[in-house]
Amino acid sequence: MAAVLETLETVKSVDVDAYKYGFVTDIESDRAPKGLNEDIVRFISAKKNEPSWLTEWRLDAYRRWLTMEEPTWARVDYPKIDYQDLYYYAAPKSMSGPKSLDEVDPELLRTYEKLGIPLREREVLAGVQGARVAVDAVFDSVSVATTFREELAKSGVIFCPISEAVHSHPDLVKKYLGSVVPVTDNYFASLNSAVFSDGSFVYIPPGVRCPMELSTYFRINEQNTGQFERTLIIADKGSYVSYLEGCTAPKRDENQLHAAVVELIAHDDAEIKYSTVQNWYPGDSEGRGGIYNFVTKRGDCRGANSKISWTQVETGSAITWKYPSCILRGDNSRGEFYSIAISNGRQQVDSGTKMLHLGKNTTSRIISKGISAGRSSNTYRGQVFAHRKASGARNFTNCDSLLIGNACGAHTVPYVESRNSSAQFEHEATTSKISEDQLFYCMQRGLSAEEATALIVNGFVRDVLQQLPMEFAVEAQKLIAVSLEGSVG
Amino acid sequence: MLEIRNLHAEIDGKKILNGLTLSVPAGEVAAIMGPNGSGKSTLSYIVAGRSDYTVTAGEVLLNGEDILKLPPHERAARGLFLAFQYPVEIPGVTTHTFLRTAMNAQRKTRGEEELKTADFIKIMRAAADKLSISQEMLRRPLNVGFSGGEKKRLEVLQMTLLEPRFGILDETDSGLDIDALRVVSDGVNALRSKERGFLVITHYQRLLDYIKPDSVHVMSNGRIIKSGGPDLALELEKHGYRDIVANAA
Ligand SMILES: Nc1ncnc2c1ncn2[C@@H]1O[C@H](COP(=O)(O)OP(=O)(O)OP(=O)(O)O)[C@@H](O)[C@H]1O
Ligand SMILES: [Mg+2]
Repeated sequence: MAAVLETLETVKSVDVDAYKYGFVTDIESDRAPKGLNEDIVRFISAKKNEPSWLTEWRLDAYRRWLTMEEPTWARVDYPKIDYQDLYYYAAPKSMSGPKSLDEVDPELLRTYEKLGIPLREREVLAGVQGARVAVDAVFDSVSVATTFREELAKSGVIFCPISEAVHSHPDLVKKYLGSVVPVTDNYFASLNSAVFSDGSFVYIPPGVRCPMELSTYFRINEQNTGQFERTLIIADKGSYVSYLEGCTAPKRDENQLHAAVVELIAHDDAEIKYSTVQNWYPGDSEGRGGIYNFVTKRGDCRGANSKISWTQVETGSAITWKYPSCILRGDNSRGEFYSIAISNGRQQVDSGTKMLHLGKNTTSRIISKGISAGRSSNTYRGQVFAHRKASGARNFTNCDSLLIGNACGAHTVPYVESRNSSAQFEHEATTSKISEDQLFYCMQRGLSAEEATALIVNGFVRDVLQQLPMEFAVEAQKLIAVSLEGSVG
Repeated sequence: MLEIRNLHAEIDGKKILNGLTLSVPAGEVAAIMGPNGSGKSTLSYIVAGRSDYTVTAGEVLLNGEDILKLPPHERAARGLFLAFQYPVEIPGVTTHTFLRTAMNAQRKTRGEEELKTADFIKIMRAAADKLSISQEMLRRPLNVGFSGGEKKRLEVLQMTLLEPRFGILDETDSGLDIDALRVVSDGVNALRSKERGFLVITHYQRLLDYIKPDSVHVMSNGRIIKSGGPDLALELEKHGYRDIVANAA
């Protein structure tokens, strides 16, 4: 409830077109030469001192990528990307690899401070609410700091940059990397496999409930630089982890490419809860600049009774192309997808999920809330599939769209396919507008038009907000208000 | 306190108010009665600032200030409250959250401090108890699935919490059972004071037995066609509107 009030505060304090995280950090960086070829792939691999199997794995991905076509089926429209006009690697010069926090460039620490992300554990502990969250901070292509590692290590949890896990836990990386999203999965996933720079690695041992929230904050700073991070999370038998990802980028007039891959693996009786608050720079109200967000996220419920849930709050990016999915392989496994996708200005969102029911008695639940304002376009694209052997599979899908104004568009594209007659799929969809009656009623009680809109929208997305960890729900609520700036009147 | 002078208004090219004049001094309760469709709710919407109506002439003064140019929330912050004939549902927003948001929004516009959570809860509980509104109801989304009478009681709860300078009640009595009518009237009477004024729109004398008006006005075709004391309501109850409307035409 306090969050609603904060939402209102935020609405008041922000100007139209003001993206709070749009500052640029002036920091010297080490970049690979522009363009993409086998030498660049080798350069990145060499920078990370990688074993040869991984260099080969990257090269294989690169060669396959060359034979692929950029997908065009999504309802998004953007000028052709010149992949040779981008930098594929950028690292703050002062940091050649993760070190202790004391050695981190103070300019970087200040950047994360400005973003409200505490990297100093002492400060986290001194926080008002005392909520402890371990953070991995990724700046352009490298991880600059990971907090609470020692404490996590006590319970056997591994939380570190993936570039480091390649060296410290090569067996785990080799076993799981690409096992959920294969190198040939899709155009952007192949590109990521060839040039991925860093990202987080998480392993939770059998029977362990991770003692704190884990989170990664991604920040793109450099100009003309693609960001290709790779996240790999493995929850071994009977374990549990809750993970949050947050992203921001400076305001720049040109578009920036972000093509990440996230792979989750849940073994028998394990549970992974993955939450995202995506706030990449969306571009200005005329559609200049902003991030192209082409992301492949997939979870594999590999074991029986395993569970994976995706919760996402998507407010940023000029273009979003993203379908966090679950492969329900283990019997009785469960997949969940809770999404709030907000588009304003000229943003284009094509997002949704896939629930692939392979095992027996697998269940899935999809709750999607799309909010379109300004001249944006917002598409939900979802697939629910039951394999011949997936007897007793069940899915419930609820897909609601809310329109603000008359110049935006909302679309729902569900694909449903069942090869097992005992599978039960349910689908509900609604489209509504914020009514004049609702706005007037709120305003008669003292709320401004913007406060009223934020309140009504927060009500609309309540079911999903409740799925987020407490602190992040507050953050998400503020974000919703900010991203709807200028959408009324 | 509330001065409406020669008000003309239309919507979608249709004239609804035709030179309405009405004055309610501070400390008084004025009742408006009139046939269906005479423009009573329209009048309340225009005074509260609903934007889809066009005012073509006239003025509305609240405490001497012309409020027609102000957006609805600024009128609210100046102490104007409208209890709606048809309260609106807001899915997903709990009644509790809505009440607190509204109170603090008004405080903020007036440059006052926000209410502390504990204080808010205390004030809200006490006010809800007086109106026989359960705590369970306050946890539900605003007006969603509330019965007609529950919605009306909630309007009066909001008025009690927001402590307006001037309250307009649009058929707050319709849909109330006999006990609720008394509870709600007590709630309104508790707010009556020398500084406050009320405009009560109703079809029934019954409400005016509980909330005793200082003046009664008959509205027809977008104008006040007759004004008088409390007796006028009794007369209307007996004879209906026909003669008065015919005389005015
Ligand atoms: N958007 C609109 N377009 C056209 N006519 C409208 C519109 N809104 C209201 N009206 C008309 O204006 C007239 C006055 O309506 P209003 O709701 O103010 O009446 P009322 O006196 O409150 O009636 P009741 O006693 O039934 O509540 C009615 O004839 C109504 O149909
Ligand atoms: Mg009416």
